[in-house]
Amino acid sequence: MIFGETLRNRLSVLKALTTGLPLALLSSAAFAQDTATPAAAASSAPAAVASGAATYVPMGPDMIKGQPHPGAMWFQTQYSPIGHQALWMNDYVLTPVIIGIVLIVLVLLIYVMLRFNKRANPVPSKTSHNTLLEVLWTGIPVLILVIIAVPSLNLLAHQYKSPPKDAVTVKATGYQWYWGYTYPDNGGFEVISNMLPEEKAKAEGFPSHLEADKRMVVPVGVPIRLQTTGADVIHAFAVPSLWFKLDAVPGKINERLLQIDQPGIYYGQCSELCGARHGYMPIEVEAVPMDVFKAWVRMQPGGTIPGEAPAAAPAAAAAPAAAASAAPVAAASAAPAAAPAA
Amino acid sequence: MATTADTFQAHTEDHHHDHDADHKPAFFARWFMSTNHKDIGTLYLIFAIVAGIIGGGISGLMREELKEPGIQILGKVAMFLNHGSAVGMDQQLHLWNVLITAHGLIMVFFMVMPAMIGGFGNWFVPLMIGAPDMAFPRMNNISFWLTVAGFCSLMISPFMPGGTGNGAGVGWTVYAPLSTTGSPGPAMDFAIFSLHLAGAASIMGAINFITTIFNMRAPGMTLHKMPLFVWSVLVTAFLLLLALPVLAAAITMLLTDRNFGTTFFDPAGGGDPILYQHLFWFFGHPEVYIMILPGFGMISQIISTFSKKPVFGYLGMAYAMVAIGVVGFVVWAHHMYTTGLSEDVKMYFTAATMVIAVPTGIKIFSWIATMWGGSIEFKSPMVWAIGFIFLFTVGGVTGVVLANGGIDDNLQDTYYVVGHFHYVLSLGAVTSLFAGFYYWFPKMSGKMHSELLAHVHFWIFFVGVNMIFFPMHFLGMNGMPRRYPDYTPAFEHWNHLATLGYYVMAASMVVFFANIIYSLIAGKKAADNYWGEGATTLEWTLSSPPPYHQFETLPVIEDNGHH
Ligand SMILES: [Cu+2]
Repeated sequence: MIFGETLRNRLSVLKALTTGLPLALLSSAAFAQDTATPAAAASSAPAAVASGAATYVPMGPDMIKGQPHPGAMWFQTQYSPIGHQALWMNDYVLTPVIIGIVLIVLVLLIYVMLRFNKRANPVPSKTSHNTLLEVLWTGIPVLILVIIAVPSLNLLAHQYKSPPKDAVTVKATGYQWYWGYTYPDNGGFEVISNMLPEEKAKAEGFPSHLEADKRMVVPVGVPIRLQTTGADVIHAFAVPSLWFKLDAVPGKINERLLQIDQPGIYYGQCSELCGARHGYMPIEVEAVPMDVFKAWVRMQPGGTIPGEAPAAAPAAAAAPAAAASAAPVAAASAAPAAAPAA
Repeated sequence: MATTADTFQAHTEDHHHDHDADHKPAFFARWFMSTNHKDIGTLYLIFAIVAGIIGGGISGLMREELKEPGIQILGKVAMFLNHGSAVGMDQQLHLWNVLITAHGLIMVFFMVMPAMIGGFGNWFVPLMIGAPDMAFPRMNNISFWLTVAGFCSLMISPFMPGGTGNGAGVGWTVYAPLSTTGSPGPAMDFAIFSLHLAGAASIMGAINFITTIFNMRAPGMTLHKMPLFVWSVLVTAFLLLLALPVLAAAITMLLTDRNFGTTFFDPAGGGDPILYQHLFWFFGHPEVYIMILPGFGMISQIISTFSKKPVFGYLGMAYAMVAIGVVGFVVWAHHMYTTGLSEDVKMYFTAATMVIAVPTGIKIFSWIATMWGGSIEFKSPMVWAIGFIFLFTVGGVTGVVLANGGIDDNLQDTYYVVGHFHYVLSLGAVTSLFAGFYYWFPKMSGKMHSELLAHVHFWIFFVGVNMIFFPMHFLGMNGMPRRYPDYTPAFEHWNHLATLGYYVMAASMVVFFANIIYSLIAGKKAADNYWGEGATTLEWTLSSPPPYHQFETLPVIEDNGHH
């Protein structure tokens, strides 16, 4: 920890300079764009709003936020705080540096080819040393790398911020070849998510290969404790528009903070080779307002809200068991038992 | 002059070699029981070309499949391999994984490595240091035939049961548990055994090169007067010697996990799948330098020859390679950023990885400085070498992006990574192989190739590979994961362009083979030093091709004393 701790302390001042300002601009812009959407989402829910209790209705294609675009040449638009910071780092630190380096090499190559070809320079020089030059082209890259390292390590420190104690926990389990989303704080039910068949997705207006039959529903705007594990082989839970990728390794639970800015649908795909249907186990995250999330939880068999008596739901959900499993899982749980029929 | 600040003054009698020096054994003994470094080098080059055709053909199948969304050709290929009867969807998708696995393993272990080290290394290390042969000629022969045996084992694998379908579908990284519990059947064992054989061959080769370079240099050739190509092979040999045993251990543990009930990588028995990744990448990262360092060496020789200048900053160039080799051993986990490494570990590997950019930068700037003030002739090897510098720079800078653990969280296992490593390998290492090939082919065969065809080859190849691999950066940034046979329509645009690029690249290979055939049939006889005054290393003091046994009287390197 010493290494990271020290760096974080040293960096705190620089952090404000390098990332704080642009980040603030970026995120305020992002939020400004979308002030209307939560309301829109709520109003699109038919009926049932009567007593102020929200209802969950799966979002339609109009709510797709994170997805690839035809012919796109850059990262997807980012919808998480870490995504804004990382994209800023890529766009304003790394990209100028790497384009600069390529251009310098290209210009130098073209210059020497024109100036020092056989016709232009029939007699070659015999120079083979220049200490100053050699020191410079060692020293300047070192300097550039140090400059890159500051925001880079700062970004890492942010990615490893722990979720707060009361964060909603979601455990994503990779199976061959589908995802299971377990909600240990909410009764421990598991949602099994398979790819929606291509024709069906197209018919409903969703992108094929990305749309799932069941979604990983999470609350928007609050920290989520996202855990990943693998049931059989290694998979990877990845959502490009949230700048999130974490391997799902059998016998091990990985955990990272996830926070989503706006309600919407965010697509991802399994990102570690896991066998034949590796390309057909998409990830679909649906971020909804907290009250809608709670409504969704209550709709799930065995779904409970912490601190709330299990709703009128008949029998089924075992409340004590749910409470016990609410504690964040620390110990590694090996492969969960056989997959429920998909 | 070519690579050291000094001009070699070789005193050699080889222009007047007698009959004994050129006495060759009969065909079978010469090619199947060979102990001659030049013949073994030739065998390696032919082997690498054959493996390259197979590995490149597999690329063609892959690009054809990825031309548009949906499954296009996997069904047909699977049916063909299944003796004409149709196979199910999962078997077709498994075939995709078999193709990517075979492509990766063939290109790494049976194309680039044999060509760079076995081919050019065997041919030119003894010639450049003024040695009559390699230190252990028989071991040299074993190395080659073990490589062939390894390749056969790999070629058997796709026809063996491998779980979902025939063949091993785990990727060249062979990650557990997909390669253990996830791949029942002998296909995986054949693939693993193939790596054992190739690894053993390379370890013996490395011992041979180290011994040769340390003990058999001509009188007067100190380490600091060695041509940079020899330096590059020396550093590569040390990387092989230190890295391959770790791979051997890791894949042996895979074998025992698979067949003998051990649980090194199985959490159910107290093992850890991530341990396999640490072991694999401890080998795997040095491996990428193993594939590129000899290319660095060749590019240095070529740039110096055609600029008619000694290499700029010779010592800096030699020790930059040593530095790359050393640092290359302590950066492996940057391939594992998303596996759940702790924050401090990720910070360390981010910082350490970026350090490699410094010696790499020294090399690129020194090549340009070598050209600076030179009298450059744009012969085909030089054009390939300049192309190399540019393409390798592009591949290098995307490496700087990926080095950042926080950025890599979005790019890991996407097409961006595929684009990056093909820029340093398919466009870097392979371009340097072609540069070396045109540089030395007349020396090896005694026949000149067509310069026109070599230039045409370069330009078509350059356009083709950039069409294939540059769009992959866009696909990766936009989120397309690697190792997918099928994709959502949003990814079609750039995939289609990449497939068209493959056709262009394939056309350039037709020109390459036409050039070889032309030169062997109708090529002009090559002079001893056909590149002229700029080519000053010892191989240019010999005839083309060199006598069967060269340097029976050792050349003496004069110290003309300015160092
Ligand atoms: Cu998977």
